[in-house]
Amino acid sequence: MDLHGLPILSGIIFTPLVGAILIAFVPRDRQRLVLWLAMGTALVTFGLSLLLVAAFHTAAPGFQYVETVDWIPAFGIQYKVGVDGLSLILVVLTTTLTWISILASIGPIKTRMKEFVIAFLILEVGMIGVFLALDLFLFYIFWEVVLVPMYLIIGIWGGANRIYATIKFVLYTLVGSLLMLVAILATAFSFQAATGSWTGAFDYLQLRNFGFDGSLQFFAFGAFFLAFAIKVPMFPFHTWLPDAHVEAPTAGSVILAGVLLKLGGYGFIRFALPLFPAAAHQWAPLIIVLSLIAIIYGAIVAMVQPDLKKLVAYSSVSHMGFVTLGIFIFQSQGMQGAILQMVNHGIITGALFLCVGVIYERTHDRSIAKMGGLAGSTPVYAAIFGFFMLASLGLPGLGGFVGEFLVFLGTFAVSPIAAAVATFVVILSAAYLMWMYQRVVFGELSDFLKSLGHHLTDMSPRELLTLTPLMALTVILGLAPGFVLNLIQSPVGDVLARVSVGGPTVGILP
Amino acid sequence: MDTGSLDQWLVLALLGLPLAGFGLTALFGRRMGTKAWIIAVAAIVAVWVAAMYLVDQTLFQHAYGDGGLHFRLYEWIPAGSFQVDVNFGLDALSAVMLIVVTSVGMLVHIYSVGYMAHDPGRWRFFAYLNFFMFSMLLLVLADNFLLLFVAWELVGLSSYLLIGFWYRRRSAALAAKKAFIVNRVGDLGFALGIMAIWTTVGTLNFGDVFTRLPQLLASGGIQEWQMIGICLLIFAGAVGKSAQFPLHVWLPDAMEGPTPVSALIHAATMVNAGVYLIARTNPLFAEAPEALVVVAAIGIFTAILAASIALTQTDIKRVLAYSTLSQLGYMFASLGVGAYVPAIFHLVTHGFFKGLLFLGSGSVIHSVDEEQDMNKMGALWRRIGITHVTMLIGSLAIAGIPPLAGFFSKDEILGDSFKNGFIWVWGIGVVVALLTAFYMFRLMGKTFYGPSHVDPHVEPHIHESPKWMTIPLILLAIAAAVAGLVLGLPFDGGLIHQWLDPLFSATESVLGHGGSTFQIAGIDGVLILVSTAVAAFGLFAAWRLFGFFGIGPQAARVAAVTDRFKGLYTASKNKWYFDDLNDLLFVRIGGLLAAGLWWFDVHVIDGTVNGIASLTQSSGRGLRQVQTGHVQNYALGIAAGLIVIALGYIVLVTR
Repeated sequence: MDLHGLPILSGIIFTPLVGAILIAFVPRDRQRLVLWLAMGTALVTFGLSLLLVAAFHTAAPGFQYVETVDWIPAFGIQYKVGVDGLSLILVVLTTTLTWISILASIGPIKTRMKEFVIAFLILEVGMIGVFLALDLFLFYIFWEVVLVPMYLIIGIWGGANRIYATIKFVLYTLVGSLLMLVAILATAFSFQAATGSWTGAFDYLQLRNFGFDGSLQFFAFGAFFLAFAIKVPMFPFHTWLPDAHVEAPTAGSVILAGVLLKLGGYGFIRFALPLFPAAAHQWAPLIIVLSLIAIIYGAIVAMVQPDLKKLVAYSSVSHMGFVTLGIFIFQSQGMQGAILQMVNHGIITGALFLCVGVIYERTHDRSIAKMGGLAGSTPVYAAIFGFFMLASLGLPGLGGFVGEFLVFLGTFAVSPIAAAVATFVVILSAAYLMWMYQRVVFGELSDFLKSLGHHLTDMSPRELLTLTPLMALTVILGLAPGFVLNLIQSPVGDVLARVSVGGPTVGILP
Repeated sequence: MDTGSLDQWLVLALLGLPLAGFGLTALFGRRMGTKAWIIAVAAIVAVWVAAMYLVDQTLFQHAYGDGGLHFRLYEWIPAGSFQVDVNFGLDALSAVMLIVVTSVGMLVHIYSVGYMAHDPGRWRFFAYLNFFMFSMLLLVLADNFLLLFVAWELVGLSSYLLIGFWYRRRSAALAAKKAFIVNRVGDLGFALGIMAIWTTVGTLNFGDVFTRLPQLLASGGIQEWQMIGICLLIFAGAVGKSAQFPLHVWLPDAMEGPTPVSALIHAATMVNAGVYLIARTNPLFAEAPEALVVVAAIGIFTAILAASIALTQTDIKRVLAYSTLSQLGYMFASLGVGAYVPAIFHLVTHGFFKGLLFLGSGSVIHSVDEEQDMNKMGALWRRIGITHVTMLIGSLAIAGIPPLAGFFSKDEILGDSFKNGFIWVWGIGVVVALLTAFYMFRLMGKTFYGPSHVDPHVEPHIHESPKWMTIPLILLAIAAAVAGLVLGLPFDGGLIHQWLDPLFSATESVLGHGGSTFQIAGIDGVLILVSTAVAAFGLFAAWRLFGFFGIGPQAARVAAVTDRFKGLYTASKNKWYFDDLNDLLFVRIGGLLAAGLWWFDVHVIDGTVNGIASLTQSSGRGLRQVQTGHVQNYALGIAAGLIVIALGYIVLVTR
């Protein structure tokens, strides 16, 4: 199938915006209509993204369905979007998790439903836009668009300490993104100075072939690095994450873990490496070491968390460490594993947050110490939670394993010692996840849960509907990850070819 | 459809049937009430039939030649130059494994119908049991390292689920978690080994790896230390799964699971996976004899360590668990000295007699109202006759009394150790044989003979188990009695050798073993006499101390002996303090480290972040004082600024 001439990408980006505008005109008291419109919009966007999958030419290299419109011609800024295999799978991840999140919010979100879904749909616009933008200025705009709705989602619908958490999240992210803006402007000025024209100064496709001067690369990479590292988040820039997760409503946590953290990984692969290959090599050893620290450190700190959401948040620090490790060892299997890991982490950790949300709905508590014995009273929940617990610890046969293993494998090919350090996490992740699961699900029903009486119900059909698609995806990605790997083959090859120009990694690794 | 593809379908059926049984039982089992076992048992009976056909094709008809049947199901991970398929292989080694796995598996399923009849969670039990069978069969049939690794972890998961089956019990939940985590320590090594293999040869298919790695070594493509390293990393996986020192600590705790699980997973099948792995990868170990010495040393050390602990335990299942460790140690010792066929032979016979002993112990426990402490048993031989006789056969078999199964396989191990020049392995092995006979008949004495110590309230209710349970016992007892005669005679030339020699002869000849012929009137006869005499002595000593049929035990003598070796006795009873050491290192010190790092995260890293934030805030607050709203102040500020700029300019220009 081909969609020649149809602006499918703009369609996907702006469908949620159209939905949000429609919802804005619906009277506040028409709750059901608001919900139906929101779900409908999310599902239409999801359907369009699947249409794009069908219309995508896997074998063709480069970007497809590119749309270009002049925006600020004086500076050569364009509305330019395009899709390749990498952005395609992340767009589908986004559209999938968005409808699941909205579905998961029916019930838990009790106030200002209308504003909530509008914020969510605008968030979706930003996320999809980031993955599809091919103009650096446009990319920056979408990057910041993401920030505002998430700020509101945590700040309005969050927990007790939501204001602190959301301001921290926004300020922290802003520090990084403003530096990135400076770097974007610096590259544009440098391009203009060299070519004498603003045409193409923000065009990713031109900039990546430009070859920036060494010191500009070094500092521009540093700025991009900070922006992306905060988003991922990499050690030691991760401390906003546990706070944000703990305060965010369930759907916010799902999107935060499922998509927002991937923006950083995507940014590294799409922009930081191809634009500044020489600097990438200079920075790589530092980033690899930070990734290794994150992998082990996140897992150890997760071990002693008393709060379910914090535990999952720290596990994200550890799991996202695989992503940055896989990207910066500049090795094919490693980078493919990193991308697969992004997808898997989005699905599995998103699902874990949904699971925590299910129990929170009934108990209004997330403290592990108060739980216990759920296997007896809510067996379906125990089984599904167990499934995602196992997926998260990288059980072979499920999604997490393939991505993790490819990262380890790629790392081993470059540095066996780094691989040994990273692989050590398989023990730690089994320990913290199984210990958590044991305390929550096994044993006798805790007094606290007993006191809930008949309020402690097993999963509702709506909750099942949010989690079963993610279970299916986890199994499919474990047994047949080929469809994702085939999509990212050529983007990964292209990025690595560009990076290899940057010379060998400065050796601090044995 | 030609037979080739029919056989391929049957191989797939071996995996598909238990997987379907798992799915159906998990989804509908709860509604089936007491009949929850039907689907699961039917699936495994069908698997057994299919497996026997395939075993016949492989071992007797030689339908696939020496290389075996190999086929690909689909492309699993296509990641550029890293290509891994889901592909299967069936050769003589897998076929022998199939015999044990499906036979013991089927009998354990049948036994469980009786054993779990009153447990409300029986549907879960049968679902998990079917899932285990799927995973174990996948392990045996996988034809590449990564697929084997999948199965490797899935059997670990089944083990986790079944150890923790009675999840309300804290001890069960803890044991399940411990088993999985300790196994992951070994898996870490195994995973790194797999990465090392791919990095060096660019494939993970068994056949390709086994030809290319030795070639690469011969051509200087890799160094010998790399080969040794790969072998030792693989062995790390085996150490975890087969519970060898120092990762042996999970297996005794795994006895928290229902007894049929102990029989199937923790005695007859899953714990053998490590032995299978080393046997499977024998072409690699052939090139790394140094690694084999490590295998032999770990194996024989575990054998004597575990046997020494088994001497003093009073929980009937724990004695058997330590015995399993010890017997697995024998198998690794055998692999280590280059005696591959005897190792697999012992795997088979041990699968039968240890499966029997565990199921028998389950029957005992059942009869005395779920009591596992042997100090609260005794004099049961008249009351539960079938259980007693079958367990006696199992005990004689494991003790190595001819002509029962254990005698043949154990004797081949000891004999080959001696003849291959590993006198130390032989020496320790003989001591282990002595201890084995002793602790087994201590178990028999305390359980079945002497005076009764059964709780008076329970005493009247002692009963033999239902037929669901006794028939599997009888069948296993027959296997434990005759497996040695059927497979092991004539010595060094029995069926087991006919089947497996072609697979291992290359390796054994590289190692320089396997050439000598069996001399019953020579060295081999002497070695058989020595080990049989030693076993008989151990057996006899235990009879004297703990009783035998009508002969009473000699409690005073037992007390005197334990008193005399008090230090050793306490150490053995406390399992040489390994659990305490692990608790100290990993739970206490590890916990402190984790808590410390969390403190660091909150106070140092996040403290810095918040510190910068409040610094910004307070400097903002300070600067706010400057905005007074008085124009004079601003004018003063502008003037001051201009002066500073001017001064700076002058300084810079005149420099």
